[in-house]
Amino acid sequence: MNLKLLKLLSKNARLKDEELAVMTGAEEKDVHNNIAEMEKEGLIRGYKAVIDWERIDNTHVSALIELKVTPKAGLGFEEVAMKVSQYPEVESVYLMSGGYDLSVTVTGKTFKEVAMFVAKELSTIDSVISTTTHFILRRYKELDVELIGKPSDDRGNFSL
Amino acid sequence: MDYNKLLTPTVLQMKPSGIRKFFDIANTMEDVISLGVGEPDFPTPWQIRKAGITSLEKSQTRYTSNRGLEKLRLEITNYMRRKYQLSYLPEEEVLITVGGSEAIDACIRAVVSPGDEVIIPQPSYVCYEPITQLAGGVPVIIETKAENAFKLTPEELLAAITPRTKVLVLPYPCNPTGAIMEREDLEKIATVLRDKNILVLSDEIYAELTFGGEKHVSIAAIDGMWERTVVVNGFSKTFSMTGWRLGYACGPAPIMAQITKIHQFAIMCAPTTSQYAAIEALRSCDEAVEQMREEYDMRRRLIVHGFNKLGLTCREPKGAFYAFPCIQSTGLTSEEFCEQLLYSKHVAVVPGPAFGQGGEGFVRASYCYSTEHIKEALHRIGEFLNEIK
Repeated sequence: MNLKLLKLLSKNARLKDEELAVMTGAEEKDVHNNIAEMEKEGLIRGYKAVIDWERIDNTHVSALIELKVTPKAGLGFEEVAMKVSQYPEVESVYLMSGGYDLSVTVTGKTFKEVAMFVAKELSTIDSVISTTTHFILRRYKELDVELIGKPSDDRGNFSL
Repeated sequence: MDYNKLLTPTVLQMKPSGIRKFFDIANTMEDVISLGVGEPDFPTPWQIRKAGITSLEKSQTRYTSNRGLEKLRLEITNYMRRKYQLSYLPEEEVLITVGGSEAIDACIRAVVSPGDEVIIPQPSYVCYEPITQLAGGVPVIIETKAENAFKLTPEELLAAITPRTKVLVLPYPCNPTGAIMEREDLEKIATVLRDKNILVLSDEIYAELTFGGEKHVSIAAIDGMWERTVVVNGFSKTFSMTGWRLGYACGPAPIMAQITKIHQFAIMCAPTTSQYAAIEALRSCDEAVEQMREEYDMRRRLIVHGFNKLGLTCREPKGAFYAFPCIQSTGLTSEEFCEQLLYSKHVAVVPGPAFGQGGEGFVRASYCYSTEHIKEALHRIGEFLNEIK
């Protein structure tokens, strides 16, 4: 049941306990308790809306930063990853396979602000060897949701 | 020109689908929340679309054999065996058609002579009656009952059979009622039919959409029924491929040979691109189908619960993707209910009688919509019910 709940919530976190119960065939109080438990355990980390910020203001700049890092003995990449994660400007931090080590998403108001953040903060961290900044120009799809055009139903009421 | 003298009386008397009439009103309005359409909201799974594209890139754009691509017929026989324990020979017992609709049409035309009777349980899909009439046949309607969960009972069937009966249409899982026929129900129907020279036209287009642990059983899989059954199925509902227009019929060779002639002269062959795409559908889409089915199942629970909570009694549909709530408690006819709901709340559902007079007192609500859409529709229906109290 928990897996079903998580799947439903990952698509639509606004479903109420009652609706989740109906849809999964579970009792409402069990749904409520299980979700509370998963929140407490940290399986569910939060609930957010997927917003197309570009339509709201044009002072929203994001960049993907590739970081090459010297891993520390015993700690690997954990220490630097934790450190990078602390900045409020940082939206996501991933350890990567391939050509670089950490992929960091940074948001800011202007290109310059983001670039300066990388130059002043990220590249000055001890174990960081190099950074490459890629600015995001347009978002087409985020968290499984398409951001282009208005949501529409192109079915034409033609069926019998 | 006197067009009415040109046109046949049969066609002139044929009523356009009651669903269409309703959508025509809905289409003139802004902001309509529809629970009307009988087609999946999911896009065709990508691997199927890609197979279609690839076939175009390879210029596979010629006619296929009249019966359809050999590979596809082979896949269909594998699929029928795997899913429904049915054995057919790809060479002579399978025909690929333009949607399940063409298969129904060709089958009825192959079997029905003027005056022959075709037994049609209703409420059911809208095409059986007019197609029978076009063939000169006489539709014999059985109104299935809500208290029987809209199943066809052997008693009703027996009472409807006459020496002129040629065909029984068996439309399960049923649009619009959501009824299914389980194995024991089919056994009873089979007992009535085994000693008779009547063909069962089993429209199983919703076969993969059954819920609550009930797997679809084909009547052709019941003892003694294979040789008297043509199974019609297709890709529209299962694989979300409505616009590809692809279906098929499987049955005994002596019948299929004749149906194939009709198809050959009327259609030539089903769309080639669609046929190539369909091979991929049957080979690799079990998981995608299962995911869609699970999603439908959750929406089904949501909408059924919603109607019952609003006081519109709605039995649990076991198949297809429609809820069929009873609206008698409102004191309105189905038509009045749908019209008033549409005009006052801009919510479109289809009146039950569009599927036969037995549908009076009910409306059909499709749940091929997102949960948010369904919730909004239920919300508006709730407001409507409060206002007409």
